[in-house]
Amino acid sequence: MSIGVLKPGLLTTLQDRGRYGCAMLGVGRAGAMDDAAMRLANALVGNGADAAVLEITLIGPRLRFDEGATIALTGADFPALIDDADTAMWQPIVVEAGAVLDFGVARHGSRAYLAVASGFVAEPTLGSISTDVNARLGGLDGRALREGDTLVVGIDASPDPRATTRASGMRGTAQARPTRPNGLRQTWSLDPRPWFDADVATPIRVIRGAHFDALNAASRAALFNEEFRIGKDSNRVGFRLDGPTLALTTPLELVSEPLVAGTLQLPPGGQPIALMIEHPTIGGYPRIGQIATVDLPRLAQRRPGDPVRFAEIDLDTAQTRYLERERELLRLIGAIGERLTS
Amino acid sequence: MSAAAHDFAIESLGETALLLRFGDGLDAGANARVHAASSALHAAGLPGIVDIVPAYATLALHYDPSAWSDAHDGSPARHIAAAVHAVLGAPPERTLHASASVDIPVCYGGDFGPDLDALASHAGLDAADVIARHAASTYQVAMLGFAPGFPYLFGLDPSLTMARRATPRTRVPAGSVAIGGVQTGIYPSELPGGWQLIGRTPLTLFDARRDPPSLLMPGDRVRFVPIAVGEFETHARTLRS
Repeated sequence: MSIGVLKPGLLTTLQDRGRYGCAMLGVGRAGAMDDAAMRLANALVGNGADAAVLEITLIGPRLRFDEGATIALTGADFPALIDDADTAMWQPIVVEAGAVLDFGVARHGSRAYLAVASGFVAEPTLGSISTDVNARLGGLDGRALREGDTLVVGIDASPDPRATTRASGMRGTAQARPTRPNGLRQTWSLDPRPWFDADVATPIRVIRGAHFDALNAASRAALFNEEFRIGKDSNRVGFRLDGPTLALTTPLELVSEPLVAGTLQLPPGGQPIALMIEHPTIGGYPRIGQIATVDLPRLAQRRPGDPVRFAEIDLDTAQTRYLERERELLRLIGAIGERLTS
Repeated sequence: MSAAAHDFAIESLGETALLLRFGDGLDAGANARVHAASSALHAAGLPGIVDIVPAYATLALHYDPSAWSDAHDGSPARHIAAAVHAVLGAPPERTLHASASVDIPVCYGGDFGPDLDALASHAGLDAADVIARHAASTYQVAMLGFAPGFPYLFGLDPSLTMARRATPRTRVPAGSVAIGGVQTGIYPSELPGGWQLIGRTPLTLFDARRDPPSLLMPGDRVRFVPIAVGEFETHARTLRS
């Protein structure tokens, strides 16, 4: 089963949970910017946590389904039309053979995730399908989708997760495929609110970084009290934060050290950079803060020009919030799985 | 691995990584302790470790906090820090660090090393001396980074130190051997870069489809072997076929 790319959108890439174990070679993790939305999209079509999805950025693609499929959309709120009819997000949707799924421009947030039952298939690179645009690894030849590309979906794609049990033994034959109107909705959908928050007023929580104390007093206060804006040249590597210029009391001579997503770096110009999922593995700028992992999807959903305020959180609390979120996400994914097979 | 390997501090890199600090600067001793600790942690197989990343004087340990949470004390950061101290505090095993020695053929100067003459005049040497000194040292791969498979090498003859170019090149060819400050390195693919280019190797430093993908691993030893243009082309042809 395959999906044709009629229009690629602004930046549409194949992503999974990321590339682990080769950061020591200078190969970063990549993966979905909003991992919670990606995981829920996979859960809604009955996929495992490692299945690849499409990450869709600000302006979505137009896709043609060669065969029927079950899909789910999560993350940023996009107007999405299946053969010109509105479709819903945060629930499994049946798409018929020949249908065209056309995304418009994101209404809230910036990144949506499209999962297809059985997942997108591509040759894994160093254990992952995730596209690393800068390193030109993974995905389709290490790049974003282009017009004319063909996306391959796993061979055991079922037209509907519920049909797998109801039409057991008959699946795959033309007669057995349930005839359903395009875009048929379930009677249920997820409440996106706990998992999708594109409200630009929500503070992003930050743990003090190794070099927070090297900031001068005005800069320490400004980091947590003043408003920053996401700069124009922000991408999956990092978000530039325009706003008050921050300064150290004395310049630091640092050698490169390992980096993680969410680090707030301070280059000499004084405008911090929030490292995102495609960040370099090492770097030498002072680390003034560390965004709480649970708030990274919130930041990932903001757009260039959006405001950002930071609120302080300590490491223990941030780690507790992370564990709580993981438990809640796994509980919900389990409940979705039960719903799909009942 | 010396007793000094135990001498490190643990810092936080957020909720999902620890930073082990063995020093602060460009110090071959601290870097050797980083690689020894990296080997020991790889061998220990602690649960939930997803990446071990050596740098000059620090080592990052990326972990899954869910694998280190405890119903009574919900601080994965403290649990894993204690486990790391236990691993690195144990008597060292001599065989832990199996670093390879790799010879890298380099065609110096000409089109392959457009900055060789500038480096020679900066150093007050002639080009042949620069080549002889660059090829005389044994280097240590301090870390890989900047781009997949880019090695930062310690061991440059101090007379060959030269600052980066004021204006970086937008395209440095793959295989370029270069000097940036007190370090030397090799561009594994075509990249933008500001280091002084003195030669080029026909070897492929990084190929994601190869196993292992990187010619060099952190901690490896490297020597450069001068070759002529003809040998470079023969080598490159052999690699392509």
